[in-house]
Amino acid sequence: MNAYFSWPRFLAVLLKEFVQMKRDRLTFGMIVGIPIIQLILFGFAINTDPKGLPAALVVNDESVFSRSLVRSLENSQYFKFTHRATSEAEADRLLQLGDVQFVLVIPSDFSRKLQRGERPQLLLAADATDPSATGNALATLNQTVKQAMDRELVGPLSGLKPGELPVDLRVQRRFNPEGITRYNIVPGLMGVILTMTMIMMTALAMTRERERGTMENLLATPVRPIEVMAGKIAPFIIVGYLQVTLILSAAKLIFGVPIVGSLVLLSLALIVFIAANLSVGFTFSTIAKNQLQAMQMTFFFFLPSMLLSGFMFPFRGMPEWAQWIGEALPLTHFLRIVRGVLLKGNGLAEIVPELWPIGLFMLVAGTVALKRYRQTLD
Amino acid sequence: MNSAAANAVVSPSAEAVIDVKGLTKKFGERTVVDDFAIRVNRGQIYGFLGPNGSGKTTTIRMLCGLLTADAGEGQCLGYDIRRESQQIKRHVGYMTQKFSLYEDLSLAENLDFIARVYDVKDRKQAVDKTLERLGLTARRTQLAGSLSGGWKQRLALAACLLHEPKLLLLDEPTAGVDPKARREFWDQIHDLAADGLTVLVSTHYMDEAERCHALAYIAYGRLLANGTATQLIQQSGMTTWSAAGPDLHDLARELRGQPGVDMVVPFGTTLHVSGADATQLEQSLAPYRERTGYRWVRIEPGLEDVFIGLMNSAKDNFQ
Ligand SMILES: Nc1ncnc2c1ncn2[C@@H]1O[C@H](COP(=O)(O)OP(=O)(O)O)[C@@H](O)[C@H]1O
Ligand SMILES: [Mg+2]
Repeated sequence: MNAYFSWPRFLAVLLKEFVQMKRDRLTFGMIVGIPIIQLILFGFAINTDPKGLPAALVVNDESVFSRSLVRSLENSQYFKFTHRATSEAEADRLLQLGDVQFVLVIPSDFSRKLQRGERPQLLLAADATDPSATGNALATLNQTVKQAMDRELVGPLSGLKPGELPVDLRVQRRFNPEGITRYNIVPGLMGVILTMTMIMMTALAMTRERERGTMENLLATPVRPIEVMAGKIAPFIIVGYLQVTLILSAAKLIFGVPIVGSLVLLSLALIVFIAANLSVGFTFSTIAKNQLQAMQMTFFFFLPSMLLSGFMFPFRGMPEWAQWIGEALPLTHFLRIVRGVLLKGNGLAEIVPELWPIGLFMLVAGTVALKRYRQTLD
Repeated sequence: MNSAAANAVVSPSAEAVIDVKGLTKKFGERTVVDDFAIRVNRGQIYGFLGPNGSGKTTTIRMLCGLLTADAGEGQCLGYDIRRESQQIKRHVGYMTQKFSLYEDLSLAENLDFIARVYDVKDRKQAVDKTLERLGLTARRTQLAGSLSGGWKQRLALAACLLHEPKLLLLDEPTAGVDPKARREFWDQIHDLAADGLTVLVSTHYMDEAERCHALAYIAYGRLLANGTATQLIQQSGMTTWSAAGPDLHDLARELRGQPGVDMVVPFGTTLHVSGADATQLEQSLAPYRERTGYRWVRIEPGLEDVFIGLMNSAKDNFQ
């Protein structure tokens, strides 16, 4: 037998590892679960060419031309006119709130000018906070408009369709006019980093107590679960703010991200978001038997958060079921808040619709954590 | 033996600090503590003995509200053990079997944390006083994780005493501690008991058992015997002979399994041979006592003989 490597000994270790792996249900679940989740998310959910993007329509001139234009845009599959606004202001608000990705304004003298060959203005405003979400739609825009106009300008009007576009198409990339990707990524990173670190640190902090046996002493004292939970969470809120300060400084000084909105408002939203993540971490710590399991659970939550929140890929590019999962995650809503406040200058009224889902999530996770945290060892 | 406290074992008029009966705990299908009863009076040092896994820790945890009993009732410091565990926790000092303070905190920081949790008055002074009392002042800034076994045990005791409890529950406090530190620890326990503190202490050491006012012996989750050391020895009805001579190992092998011989235990240069039936034991030993070179003496059985005997009979009953 080879003195340096013994196959039976190797096999002994190998088998032992498999048995242990089988015993450790959670690790086993991760081994199977993570690839499946990744395959589903990357394979099906993620679509970097989002279609059917919601758009608002402001028509000040009902005509065959405007109808044809709308139809062509919808046929291109990139646009879906979900809202009809009576004024530009109303449509702009929808854009601000993130309810629509585009606003198309057809001016009142559109068909008259078109027929006279005066190249009427056609305004398309896009929410460009996430350039990758609107990129392809805007790239095909010229072609689509041209085809629509060519179809309608027949007979006596066919002379009006020379090589160039018969309309003056103006595209406004709102909130991120240069379409700079990092304007979108850097604020988003704040949410991602907080999710990761906040959950992991609380999950580990509590599990450590159990693993090292100090839990027994803690339970024997008169201290109450809510006191332990609050006492454990509070320091991490401070840690969270420290991270935020770091990221914001980097965003401003290194990446030149514009900060349009109020930082005070952002801080307010941050409390809720951080507390929500800490509650998740606390819940994990009541389930995990050791620190490794706590880490694994953190990743199990972190992965879908990163992939389905609209951080990595445009939210509207995902199928509906994936969007539903995304809607349930705090990070999704926080990304909308942080991008809204920093890039769009959103105020309290605009962020409330995204803030309450995070608050609700926090309440649910916090309740589960408190219910699961036992004051006894059994 | 402190005779006043020893008498208290049998005196029902004395103030009971722990008084429970029918205590039962199951983990899944397994009954780990079965119909356990104990009464500990004020100022007593009550020893809790039994082999590993017999349910000592589980019982202590039920007494201080860390585990909820599946059945049974009683009071601890006048509070119901099932409903008022929060009050019990305030007045009990519980020293866990495994060191359970924070290794990454210094001695003073650990005690300060405990003092805050118990809402101790004049916290800083209390911490200083406790450090002083246990001779820990010089090491106050040292990390708990860097302490040796004996010092860790002192720190754990300090943490138990900080909030001036009325009852101490000590779970194998001296396991892995050197004899000198054990001796000092027990001197301290006796000082505390003299001041009126009640102590329930689990141990495997016979010399420690002998320093207790009363003892309870538990095996397989059942209370097998309790009383003072003298009572336990008398109750056991055991007869023990000691043999000295050559080749004790061979002698032991021959004696085992003879009628009336329940136990053959080597004790250094002698062999202890014990049995519950004195006459039969004597008959079986008669031929061996004739052998030359051996000296046979009838002795009073020790606590250890009694416990091993209890353990053996329990094995027959429960396994
Ligand atoms: N949390 C638990 N879950 C399941 N079994 C337990 C638990 N705690 C203790 N046990 C079992 O109960 C028995 C009694 O344990 P314990 O009270 O620690 O005994 P002792 O302290 O006398 O050594 C042991 O067999 C142990 O394995
Ligand atoms: Mg034990």
